[in-house]
Amino acid sequence: MTRLPRIGVVTFPGSLDDADARRAVEAMGAEVVALWHADRDLRDADAVILPGGFSYGDYLRCGAIAARAPIMAEVRDLAGRGGPVLGICNGFQILCEAGLLPGALARNASLRFVCEDVWLRVETAQTCVTRDLTPGELVQIPVKHGEGRWVATPEQLDHVEGDGLVVFRYCERSGVLSDAANPNGATNHIAGVRNDAGNVVGLMPHPEHAVDPDVGPTGGQPLLASLLETALAGVGA
Amino acid sequence: MTAFTFEVLVSLKPGLLDPQGKAVEGSLPAMGFGGVGEVRVGKHIKLTVEAPDEAAATAQVHEMATKVLSNPVIEDYEVLAVAAS
Repeated sequence: MTRLPRIGVVTFPGSLDDADARRAVEAMGAEVVALWHADRDLRDADAVILPGGFSYGDYLRCGAIAARAPIMAEVRDLAGRGGPVLGICNGFQILCEAGLLPGALARNASLRFVCEDVWLRVETAQTCVTRDLTPGELVQIPVKHGEGRWVATPEQLDHVEGDGLVVFRYCERSGVLSDAANPNGATNHIAGVRNDAGNVVGLMPHPEHAVDPDVGPTGGQPLLASLLETALAGVGA
Repeated sequence: MTAFTFEVLVSLKPGLLDPQGKAVEGSLPAMGFGGVGEVRVGKHIKLTVEAPDEAAATAQVHEMATKVLSNPVIEDYEVLAVAAS
């Protein structure tokens, strides 16, 4: 009998999209492991998703308190062993705050909360969420955030651009990059980045909201399918 | 042990776009305040630390400021010692 990939979804106080993340990966064929921020055990999850929301009310900075929660020691350990870790929106902010991903998420340049479907251009297939995709391919996924402007120090930006750590860029339907298609003013249109090994990825758009054709675009499907495959292939795959 | 009081000022790094500051700056002329520029919005954190002496307390606050109170990627901080109580 084939084993289902075990996908852990962490709920922090103030997480909002944990239920959608659980539902989405289950629909994609995973066994869900519901995790709590105070847990000190991933209960054999093969991969972990840090979902969107407003953990700890966004107090201090988005993701700042969650990045120091007890479960994060386990997430850090999994990431260090090469296990897949995906941070979505607030989860991306948490991974940056935890130092597991480069850069930081600042307030949208427009000062407005953005909530819309955006197009993303895949920049690399060398990650736990893009192995089923090809660089240059486009996916449509919604964003909804007030603080999603990815910024970095000059050294980090050199590293991210020079070593291919950009995973997704916001683009037009045609794939062209433009300021009009950049919902938050992110540096170099960056919507998502990975770590050096490619097993840790964060992005502002919400793949878990884009798996069901009845309610919108389905651009999240190949990302979550990739995550499930990577999870099943095991650590270091 | 003595309780030392500190204020930590956290600000966005110079050059990093501060939309909040821009919004505040944009609202001031409408209220009759002319000639205002370079508005930047930051954070002010006040706290007390129990330590044997001020140097030890100050060192702790700097460590907190680096590790938690500010994000060195986008923010600078300044520690102001207020008083021993």
